[in-house]
Amino acid sequence: MTGVELSLLLRRRRVWLCWALLCALPALVAVLLAVTGLAPPPGRGGAFLSAVVSNGQLFPAAALALVLPVFLPITVAIVAGDAVAGEASAGTLRYLLVRPVGRLRLLLAKLVSIMVFVLLAVLFVTVTGYVVGVALFGFGPDAELGGAGGVTSLSGAVLSPVDLLGRTALVVGYLALCMLALGAVGLFFSTLTDSPLAAALGVLALVVASAALQPLDAAGVIEPYLPTAHWLAWIDLYRDPILWPSVREGAAVQAGYVLVAFGAAWANFATKDVTS
Amino acid sequence: MTDVIVTRGLVKRFGRVTAVAGVDLRIPAGIRFGLLGPNGSGKTTLVRVLLGLVHATAGEVELLGEPMPRRAARVLPRVGAMVEGPAAWGNLSGRANLRLIDAAGPGGGRGRRQRVDEALERVGLGGIDRRPVRAYSLGMRQRLGIAAALLRAPELLLLDEPTNGLDPRGIGEMRDLLVALNAAGTTVVLSSHLLGEVDALCHRVGVMDAGRLVLEEDMTVLRAPTGRVLLRTPDPAAVVAELDGRVVERSGDLVVVRHDDPAALNARLVAAGVRVAELAPERRSLEQVVLELTGQGADRVDTSGNEARR
Repeated sequence: MTGVELSLLLRRRRVWLCWALLCALPALVAVLLAVTGLAPPPGRGGAFLSAVVSNGQLFPAAALALVLPVFLPITVAIVAGDAVAGEASAGTLRYLLVRPVGRLRLLLAKLVSIMVFVLLAVLFVTVTGYVVGVALFGFGPDAELGGAGGVTSLSGAVLSPVDLLGRTALVVGYLALCMLALGAVGLFFSTLTDSPLAAALGVLALVVASAALQPLDAAGVIEPYLPTAHWLAWIDLYRDPILWPSVREGAAVQAGYVLVAFGAAWANFATKDVTS
Repeated sequence: MTDVIVTRGLVKRFGRVTAVAGVDLRIPAGIRFGLLGPNGSGKTTLVRVLLGLVHATAGEVELLGEPMPRRAARVLPRVGAMVEGPAAWGNLSGRANLRLIDAAGPGGGRGRRQRVDEALERVGLGGIDRRPVRAYSLGMRQRLGIAAALLRAPELLLLDEPTNGLDPRGIGEMRDLLVALNAAGTTVVLSSHLLGEVDALCHRVGVMDAGRLVLEEDMTVLRAPTGRVLLRTPDPAAVVAELDGRVVERSGDLVVVRHDDPAALNARLVAAGVRVAELAPERRSLEQVVLELTGQGADRVDTSGNEARR
């Protein structure tokens, strides 16, 4: 069933469009920066954006920072909201279930397919960010200071290319986990309704609500458990030494979201009357 | 002979609406069974409960001798089904759809290509190209849905409105296909509101109305002569004179006579010099039977009495 799901995912034009748009936005920003040379001053604009002009290797981080707040969650909401509700509204859900595909197996396959989607999304953004960044801004002056391809970390120390690669892999994994948490919530919403649109909007409503509560002092008690609260912890992976506690806490909360949301999806779907 | 479908006291309520209200159904193996009833009479819900898509509020279901939905994983691979019209992933070709549906179920990929090709061949889509299903006509989708139900050579075929969207030739083809499958040992259960379809195909029918099974009977019994004879004659007055007291009805040149033996009746009339243009034992049509037994469908809502029906 997982193979079937992945095959369906990869043959959906919408999915490729999501990936393409995710990669296009940072590329557009890079081109604008390169043409005008007007980088935002340090401390303003998107994270890392002020630094990329001097070193293209930092552009993947800038690209992720650009798509993370809105663009990435939208694509995750679309794909995850479609998971069960899309099959229900197309009518294929009933034919899968009478094949038979066990309901738990169906949900697991859907979760795996969402996982593959978010992982590839983050990976594609990172890779195109790197290619575009290096092509437009070069390896930067750090190459002469810190050895071939060296990059200055946020803390000032110089990172070797291997170190940078390792940290970028961690960032990809961390952000994919954050988006998977959102995707699992989308999967749950998707079992509640037969309308993929409603499920996707539900996910976006959660993101917006969470982002609205986050800066509020009155919401301080629940702040650490908001889904968006730890999204920016990945920046700590570019510090030297890495600030592990925030990353670890973030990963734990996000993993908790995956477990709880998947459990809720299973609890609802296991005994649901499929009347679509 | 064993039963492929048994339900005992089956009830399904959706909130305050009772869709199936205590159905005891028994369908023996090897026959062609037709489930009839007006729209909203609970046919589709019944089929969904049988397949484990919808969970019964009360009562039991046995499919191929195993309790459902508990043994769904063991029973359903032996069942081919089409519920409430075909469905497919519109962006993929018919063949790709069947391959994915085949891959989703239990059993490996061995012989998949052949299974898919055979199923497409059987429903008359053997030469289908790579067009996406989105571009298919209603009839082609219908054929594809039936092909999906046939993939694993099921022992039981449960088809909801299998001829929807097919032209008369297509309907004939489907009838031939179902008869051939049935002859090879597959039990065929179809639900339909096309009475002619069921009349031409089924050995036995069940009639549902407002969630209840109001009739379950062999077609031979339903079609048995009613003990009356319809005759057409240019001299109706002579018939009435000859058969005094046995004439039930007379209108124009048509006379309805109460008589068990049409041959004897004919001989008597001819012997008496009465000319007979047409003579046949009266049989009830399936339509009459169903219309007598069922109320109007739930898709009709009249101004008075709409509270009585849900």
